[in-house]
Amino acid sequence: MSQSPGRELLHVDGLTATVAGKTILKGIDLTVRAGEVHAIMGPNGSGKSTLSKVLAGHPAYEVTGGGATFLGANLLDLEPEERARAGFFLSFQYPVEVPGVANGQFLRLVYNTVQGARGREELDPLEFDDFVRDKMKLLEMDPAFLDRSVNEGFSGGEKKRNEILQMALLEPSLAFLDETDSGLDIDALRVVAGGINALRSADNAVVLVTHYQRLLDYVVPDYVHVMEGGRLVKTGGRELALELERRGYDWVAQEARAA
Amino acid sequence: MSTVASTWLDSLLSGHELFPEHRAGCWVNGLRADALERAHALTLPTPRDEDWRFTDLSPLYRLAFRAPVAAGALDAASLAPFDVAEAPLRLTFVDGHFVPRLSRLAEAGGALVLPLAEALESHAELVRAHLGGCVANGGSAFAAINTAYLHDGLFLHAPRGVRVPPVHVLYVSTRADVAVSPRLLVIADAASELVLVEDYVAVHQDTYGVNVVAEVVAGPGARVRHMRLQHDSKNAFHIGTTGVRLDRDAQYGALAVAFGARISRLDLHLTQAGPGARCELDGLALLAGRQLADTHSFIDHAAADGSSRQEHRCIVDDGAHAVFNGRILVREGAQRTNSAQQSRNLLLSDKARVDAKPQLEIFADDVKCAHGATVGQLEAEEVFYLRSRGLSESAARAMLTYAFAAGLVNRIALPSVVARLRETLTARTGNTEIVR
Repeated sequence: MSQSPGRELLHVDGLTATVAGKTILKGIDLTVRAGEVHAIMGPNGSGKSTLSKVLAGHPAYEVTGGGATFLGANLLDLEPEERARAGFFLSFQYPVEVPGVANGQFLRLVYNTVQGARGREELDPLEFDDFVRDKMKLLEMDPAFLDRSVNEGFSGGEKKRNEILQMALLEPSLAFLDETDSGLDIDALRVVAGGINALRSADNAVVLVTHYQRLLDYVVPDYVHVMEGGRLVKTGGRELALELERRGYDWVAQEARAA
Repeated sequence: MSTVASTWLDSLLSGHELFPEHRAGCWVNGLRADALERAHALTLPTPRDEDWRFTDLSPLYRLAFRAPVAAGALDAASLAPFDVAEAPLRLTFVDGHFVPRLSRLAEAGGALVLPLAEALESHAELVRAHLGGCVANGGSAFAAINTAYLHDGLFLHAPRGVRVPPVHVLYVSTRADVAVSPRLLVIADAASELVLVEDYVAVHQDTYGVNVVAEVVAGPGARVRHMRLQHDSKNAFHIGTTGVRLDRDAQYGALAVAFGARISRLDLHLTQAGPGARCELDGLALLAGRQLADTHSFIDHAAADGSSRQEHRCIVDDGAHAVFNGRILVREGAQRTNSAQQSRNLLLSDKARVDAKPQLEIFADDVKCAHGATVGQLEAEEVFYLRSRGLSESAARAMLTYAFAAGLVNRIALPSVVARLRETLTARTGNTEIVR
C-alpha cells in the first residue's frame, strides 16, 4: 500500500441490481483508489461475479438503486465498450471462444480500438506483432497463440493468460479479475500472478474476485472484503483472507446476521 | 402436375433438340430419350410433397428459360476473382458451354480430367458403367431433366493409387434467362486421392437456372475432398443433386456453401456401401433478402464400421429462409456405425426463418449416433465479452456472425478458396475490421 492514498478510481455507493427480476446486489459500498489491491471473497452465489458484471455493464443486469462513479464520471451511464475505453477492465471467468478469428488480429483490433478512443497512436500489424510478443513474454505465452482462433481450444489456464494479456494491452486504470485463479495449476498461477503484479502501478488498481485465497499469496491485497447475500459484510486486511481459508465463510455470515 | 409447372417444363424441354450432340449413333441418345420421357411423366415437386414442403418452386415454374445455345463473351481477367491458385486444372463453362480458352488442362498426374462431352466418346465404356449409378437418371424430375439435356460437364477418373492435383470446375453465367444442366462424373479408383472444387458464379445479377447432377464414386480406400461453392446471382434458381457412393474404407470430405441464388436446393445422397467408410459433410448457408436455401441430405450407412460427421450452419438475415433436412439411415448390418450430426442456425432478423429437421432411422443395435439442432440469436454473453474489450456492439455482432461461419470455412485445405469465402463472409457480415 502506498503511504499517501491514491486518487479515487471507483466509488460504489449503495448499489443494488437485479437479474431476471431477482435481486442479487443488495447495497454495495466500495471505494478503490489508485495503487490498491482489493480482494472480494465469498461463497458461491454471494453475488461476487454479479458485481463485476454490473460494473462492466452486462445488459442482463438491471441497476435498481445506488450509484457508481469511475474516475469521477457516472459509470452506470456508459455502454460496456465506453467503460472499457475509459479504463475499466473485466477479466472473465469463462472467456468466450471466437472461432475463425485469429487471436493476434483480435488483440490488435481491440488494442487499436481502445487506443483510438483514447486519442493515442494505433499500431500497424508489424508494429503490433513486436509489441504483443513482448507482452506475451510477461505471461510466458507461446507466440503460436497469436495464430490460433481467439480462445478456441485453449485450456483453462491458457484462456486466463490470454485475459491477462488483454489487460496488459489495454492498460486499464481498474481491473476486475473474476476467478482468474480457477482452472490454473500452481505453475500457471504463479505465472499469471507474476503478470498481474508486473502490471500494477501507483496509477492503477486491481480487484481480485475469488473464492479461494491461494491467488492472494502471490498478489497480496491491501483490503479483503467478504461478500455474503449481495452485500459486502466484512472488510479487513490480508489476514482476513487467511482466516477465511482456515475457518470458511459461515462465521462471517453468522457475525453479519448477528450485527 | 400443375399447369404452370407443365408449361415451364414444356418450354424448358422444347429447346432440347437444339443440342449439337444429337449426332446420330452416340450411345447417350437413348439415355437422353428415356430421360425425356421420364421428365414428362414425373411430377414436378410442389410444397404438397413432404420433401418440398418449405421450398415452393412456383416462382421458377413461372419462368421461361432458353436453352444455352452459345457461351457469352467473357475475358480471362473477369475470372480472376474466382481463381483457385492451388488447382493446376480448371474446366471453365460459360453459360453451360466449355470454353477451352478460359480453362487450364494440364497433365493430371496419371488421371483423366476432361470435358464430359469428350469422354462420352473417348471413354464411353467407363462413362456408361458409372453414369446414373449414384443419381438415378430418372429418379427425380430434376435428374431426368438434367439427363435429357446431358451434354457436357466434368469427367474425372483417378486410376488406382493416383493422387490427382486439385481440379476446379467453374460454371460462369453471363446471360439472363438461360437454363444450364451441368453433369459431373467423378470416379476415384482404389486408394486414389482427389480434390474437387465445384463452383457456380455469375457476372450479373439477373435470373437464370442451374440444374446440376454430380456423381462421385469412391473405390476402396479412396480419398475425395469436394468443395461445392454455390455463389450464383441473387436472382438465380439453383437445383443441385449430388450422389456419392463410398466403398470400403473410402473417405469423403465435403463443404457445400450456399451464398447465392433466389432459391437453391441441394439434395445430397451419400451411401456408405463398404465397411469402414468415413464422411465429413459440412454445409454453410449465408442468406439475406428473400433468399431461400434448402439442403436435404441423406446419409445411408449400409455397411459396418462406418462413420459420418455432419455440421450444417445457416446464417439468415432479412426475410430469408433456410431449410435443412438431415436424414441418416443406419441399416441393420451397419454395426458400430458412429454418426454425429449438428445443425446450428443463426437468425439475424425477426423475419428470418429456419426449418431444421434431423431425421434418424436406426436399425442396427450397436451404434453411436448423436444429433442436435439449435436455432437462435447471438449469445448475449459473447456480445458482452467483445464489448467489454472496447468493441462497439455492431462490431461485436459482426465479428461473432463472421466467426459462426468462419469456423467451418477454415477447415478447407485450399488457402485461395478460404480467402475467397472469408472475403464474402467479411462483406456480408460487416466484419470489415478482421480479414485474416
